[in-house]
Amino acid sequence: MRKTLHQFVPVLYVFAGLACVSAPTERFSAGDVHETVLDNGLKVIVKIDTRAPIVVSQVWYKVGGSYEATGKTGISHVLEHMMFKGTDQLEANEFSKVIAANGGQENAFTGRDYTAYFQKLEKSRLAISFRLEADRMRNLRMTEEEFRKEVEVVKEERRLRTEDRPEALVYEQFMATAFRSSNYRNPVIGWPEDLDNLELSDLEAWYDSFYAPNNATVVVVGDVEPDAVFELATRYFGPIPRRDVTPVAASPEPKQQGPRRVSVQKPAKVPYLLMGFHVPSLGAENAAWEPYALEVLAYVLDGGKSARLPTSLVRRQRVASSVGVSYDAVSRLPTLFIISANPANGKTTEEVKTALLDEIERLQSEKVREKELEKVKAQIVAGNVFERDSSFYQAMKIGELETVGLDWRLENELVERLKSVTAEQVQAVARKYLDPDAMTIGVLEPTSLTGWSG
Amino acid sequence: MLSRFAFLFLVLVYPFSAWAVPEIQHWSTVNGARVYFVQSHQIPMVSVSLAFDAGSARDPVDKSGLAYLANSLMEEGTRVLSGEQIAERLESVGAQLNSETGRDMSVFGLRVVSEQDVVNLAADILGDILAAPAFPLDALSRERERLLVRLQRQTQSPREVAKRRFYTVLFEGHPYAGFPTGDEPGVTAVTRPDLDRFHRRFYTAANGVVAIVGDLSRAQAKDLAARLVGRLPRGAAAPPLPSVPAIEAPRANFIDFPSSQSHLLMGQPGMSRADPDYFALYTGNHILGGSGLISRLAVEIREKRGLAYSAYSSFIPMKERGPFVVGLQTRNDQRDVAVDIAQVTLRRFVDDGPTQEELDDAKKNITGGFPLLIDSNRKIAGYLMHIGFYNLPLDYLHTYASRVESVTIDEVRKVFRRRIQPGRLVKVIVGGNKE
Repeated sequence: MRKTLHQFVPVLYVFAGLACVSAPTERFSAGDVHETVLDNGLKVIVKIDTRAPIVVSQVWYKVGGSYEATGKTGISHVLEHMMFKGTDQLEANEFSKVIAANGGQENAFTGRDYTAYFQKLEKSRLAISFRLEADRMRNLRMTEEEFRKEVEVVKEERRLRTEDRPEALVYEQFMATAFRSSNYRNPVIGWPEDLDNLELSDLEAWYDSFYAPNNATVVVVGDVEPDAVFELATRYFGPIPRRDVTPVAASPEPKQQGPRRVSVQKPAKVPYLLMGFHVPSLGAENAAWEPYALEVLAYVLDGGKSARLPTSLVRRQRVASSVGVSYDAVSRLPTLFIISANPANGKTTEEVKTALLDEIERLQSEKVREKELEKVKAQIVAGNVFERDSSFYQAMKIGELETVGLDWRLENELVERLKSVTAEQVQAVARKYLDPDAMTIGVLEPTSLTGWSG
Repeated sequence: MLSRFAFLFLVLVYPFSAWAVPEIQHWSTVNGARVYFVQSHQIPMVSVSLAFDAGSARDPVDKSGLAYLANSLMEEGTRVLSGEQIAERLESVGAQLNSETGRDMSVFGLRVVSEQDVVNLAADILGDILAAPAFPLDALSRERERLLVRLQRQTQSPREVAKRRFYTVLFEGHPYAGFPTGDEPGVTAVTRPDLDRFHRRFYTAANGVVAIVGDLSRAQAKDLAARLVGRLPRGAAAPPLPSVPAIEAPRANFIDFPSSQSHLLMGQPGMSRADPDYFALYTGNHILGGSGLISRLAVEIREKRGLAYSAYSSFIPMKERGPFVVGLQTRNDQRDVAVDIAQVTLRRFVDDGPTQEELDDAKKNITGGFPLLIDSNRKIAGYLMHIGFYNLPLDYLHTYASRVESVTIDEVRKVFRRRIQPGRLVKVIVGGNKE
């Protein structure tokens, strides 16, 4: 997939009348992707996609849930909300009004390893996005009044996404059980008590610590000219001074010494099971090939209706009514390989767990058949083609890779790396990591689903 | 403060007028299925959407869930292939097949890479699924059980509980009152002969629409359409649905639920897909509650008061009048305040209409964002399917922006007053103790 080695193309920029603007000095290109780094450390990555006259613009900051200290969880996400609440030049909510009046769509998202902001616009309007994003990268103004309102909005968001969703509560408790030291133990939206205790001064300090050009990546995908985008980026983001960003001390996860179990009792009807194993990620890999083998393993188990878990547990044994596998290789820290399931009617989470362990045992004792591996690879290759249908998703992939400390060039290699995984490697990671003696189980134990008065 | 950025609007209102909207090719298959096709060669892939007028509005009253089960069981075995073989063969070439049932339609979606043998293989399998499903008994019992678990899971969610009650009350006596996933007695009652009959009646060429977008020539697309639906009998289009009766008196429902938030859904029958007031209502609603954080409802409830994460209104256009709905979720102890503000905001909008500035801004957002609506094969396939299914004109996308542009403030005010009666709303609140 990767076309050439990265070309090294020095480009000179001259801007009349913009005396204090520094120009990018280096530029890399690979295929349709072009990169430069401004003098203030801001990385700008442009991917050309000429299918429609639109542009996706995303600003990614290296800060998120896993950067947060005990007692301050949720602060990155609350700050994301406050970023719409005005700057020296803009009133609260005016950012959104300007984007809307220009026909744009916008939003933001916070994850464990990143906080990102995006706009989608007709292609000639990229300058509007850059102007506004540059403004709030530097000039955010938060007031006590807006903060007090917005933190209530976030608490409502938490109620909506977590408190009133029994399975989301299990997931939250499960993560906090599987991880003892790693910051992946905390929910991105924050623990409710921490949201109660959050102060405006905390947010101001958080903004000052992480919102700097040298801690950000701008990703642009669309029908654009890279040189023109770099010029715009230099004009709007160039004047923002670099700032010292202190890396957050890592707190590595100690080895799990035995199985762990957590249960959540909530009004519900259908039990739910989570099963998790500690695994490496691409951002913190033990051996370079292992995350790819784990990704292929996830496909073998749950890559489609014909994959092992839907076939065995849902279709043949009828022990589960639904199953899912999640593994996010593009993570900054070692992460979890998670299997989730709802039991079939009349079956228990214990029965589902036994059936899952049988499947894991099979992966460890027998190599995956060649035909099965070929199917997975066909799915990966086709999936990679289908992804190109979304310019937003293409930008996501680049931004995510960069922000967890990898390199966007990896995007061009991912498919080849996955295709080169062997049956022996799949078996090896299954043996090494899917260890029932070091797994974490989370269970929803439904209690009666009657109203508060009944 | 806005003046600082005003220059941006002035310069950039319609810079893309020269951009061509995708050209839609349209024909009918020999047996009468309507096909809509857009060529797009930039990605070596093909997206197909097949819609049949076979949604839950076609469920018999005592078999709610039949349409869903028929749709989801079709890929669980044909006369020549088992469900496992179907999944295995499709996935071995990286094809993605999904099925979905709503009130108006049941849909199959297929994505494949555009290599001819892959396209043919996947199309022939889907063609077999559509023409000759076997509805094996073991698959029926399994999928029925899974659907019952899904229904139970829905009862855990205050949002789902509210939606179900809202549709039940809003469309009482109309086929839209049922839920696409059915209900427990209906799902339990479905038999294999029911599935066969439903399939024979509704999965016919005359009752279906094929939308294709991708890396194919017109001849290849014709061949693909023939492989997909060529084996179906011509049949007949489903009969028209009854029109949706008006709400004559306000109806308030409260459901006691052990949740920390109360969910509000409040509304009336709204508009149909072919409604003459479509653009005025759509544009007006954009201002009231359809434009994210800057709509009136979001500003009053979220931005000014921090009462909810989401507060919105929307028209869901369907074959007959779909819902107009105002929704929010808030902590139980503040639900009265939030509901009151939502009602006042709606009443004020219906009474006074939008300001000229609001209407201008809404138009700028809708028309300026038009290219975003059709920036992927997936989205274009969705529009093709809707254009075909709802019999919209072939130039729908070409005239979209100008029809929004021609909406006047008087028109918005008039249609809202005529169509929405804030004194006669269906109101459903699902929530818990105010303590």
